[in-house]
Amino acid sequence: MIRLNNVSKRYPGGFDALRNITFEVGDEEMVFITGHSGAGKSTLLKILTLIEHASRGQVVVNNRNLARLPRRRIPYFRREIGVVFQDNKLLHDRTVFDNVALPLVVAGMSPQETGRRTRAALDKVGLLGKEKMYPITLSGGEQQRVGIARAVVNKPALLLADEPTGNLDAEMADQIIDLFHDFNRHGVCVLIATHDLRQIQRMRKRVIGLKDGELAVDSGSQAA
Amino acid sequence: MKNHLLRHLQVLFYSLGELARAPLTAFMTIAVIGITLALPAALYALLGNLQRVGGGWDEGAQISLFLKLNTPETTARALAGQIRAMPGVASVRYISPTSALKEFKRLSGFGDTLNLLDSNPLPAVLLVRPAKHAAGASAAQRLAQTLGKLPGVALAQFDLEWVRRLDAILRLAQRGVLILALLLGIAVLLVVGNTIRLAILSRRSEIEVIKLIGGTDAFIRRPFLYAGLFQGLFGGLLAWILVAGSLALLAGPVRNLAGLYGSRFELASLGLQAGTILLLGGATLGWLGSRLAVGRHLRAIEPG
Ligand SMILES: Nc1ncnc2c1ncn2[C@@H]1O[C@H](COP(=O)(O)OP(=O)(O)O)[C@@H](O)[C@H]1O
Ligand SMILES: [Mg+2]
Repeated sequence: MIRLNNVSKRYPGGFDALRNITFEVGDEEMVFITGHSGAGKSTLLKILTLIEHASRGQVVVNNRNLARLPRRRIPYFRREIGVVFQDNKLLHDRTVFDNVALPLVVAGMSPQETGRRTRAALDKVGLLGKEKMYPITLSGGEQQRVGIARAVVNKPALLLADEPTGNLDAEMADQIIDLFHDFNRHGVCVLIATHDLRQIQRMRKRVIGLKDGELAVDSGSQAA
Repeated sequence: MKNHLLRHLQVLFYSLGELARAPLTAFMTIAVIGITLALPAALYALLGNLQRVGGGWDEGAQISLFLKLNTPETTARALAGQIRAMPGVASVRYISPTSALKEFKRLSGFGDTLNLLDSNPLPAVLLVRPAKHAAGASAAQRLAQTLGKLPGVALAQFDLEWVRRLDAILRLAQRGVLILALLLGIAVLLVVGNTIRLAILSRRSEIEVIKLIGGTDAFIRRPFLYAGLFQGLFGGLLAWILVAGSLALLAGPVRNLAGLYGSRFELASLGLQAGTILLLGGATLGWLGSRLAVGRHLRAIEPG
């Protein structure tokens, strides 16, 4: 699903956020990317979603060589992956339903199909009853679940999450990670950037550790 | 295909809804566009009317022959007969000094004052209408010269020259209105562009999110283009209403003024064609202004 080969990222200021990163992730794996703050976790996810371009090295996601993807193909590439953000990036002037439906609307799906899939996604994250509410009226954990529903509504083969439990208490964090685990069991490749050691220990999944932009640990592939 | 159309309709109504959601901003922009477009449209309509004034004279081009004072009526009528037989003359009308004075009293409003005069100071006049083939300005001019040399004629006056000058001035003014319209059209582009720029900036985070979840540039652009289109269209409609309203207000006084000159001239309003051009022009300018702004500013918003 993901193949990085000697990937480096130098930001315009000249700072090397990633150096010579090489690893592969199989189609059905669940992986935690960990490391101290500033280690380069977010940068890595941004490269995988083409928010940033790698300065050097090869990045292949879902069989696409990202360096060769023309600008106008980027939106279509992004529809193949689901992304969850720490600040969940919900639109606060739209209902929960509209937020979750957005990826489908953007992709031009018919209203009937959009409604069906949106409700299915909301059902999976346990928010079917709150589809008419506005995100601001929900708890932090619920907001994060709306973000997850939006990320999976397209049925992506790859799910990326950047510190999805960063703002949550332990109980809610457990629920969120369990949700990701559930998607993974249904065949979705899941990559979670986090420094929440509790979740890493609880899940016993593969861990890729970054330190100052370099690959420090890789517990190794253990794809089911 | 059906889906595609449906989506466009959705965005279209969404854009209308956006206008309704921020009515003040929308109204301000539409008002500015309306007033901006109304200016050249009003000038255009006024020029058209002035041209009709000139055109009216052109048709009735006539030569006024002022006879020497105290010419007896029989002599005048004989002269009229003589002129009527000349080539290039369609008709001759004799106006006696008495009826000339009556007419003058009626039109000038100096009635009572003129009663103080003990004799009629006005000469007899022969109104000569050139025949169709001699009605051109230069042929009529030549005829006037010939008539002016006839015995008994004090002065031959041919009134087409000012019509031609007016025509030339109107042509110049028309060119001026065209240039003005171009400049104001650019102003409309800038106004719409600025409004759309602000709309884009105020929805920056929304645009970022849509880009992140795979929205194409075309998808993001669409509501802004529709917003620009609608603002331009409503601006054009407002301009039409402003011009038609102003002309309606002017119609009465103009009728009075024309009446004073013995004319039945009526102020014509902006025609359906000109109005349609206003609507289409407004919509086009709105769309274009939005297009320019969107092209410049959307690219700058990238998720980071
Ligand atoms: N846009 C940027 N420009 C310059 N430096 C950046 C930018 N984004 C991140 N960095 C730097 O890159 C390093 C890695 O950042 P990040 O990937 O966000 O780390 P993490 O998510 O692991 O905390 C940090 O030192 C950060 O300051
Ligand atoms: Mg980070």
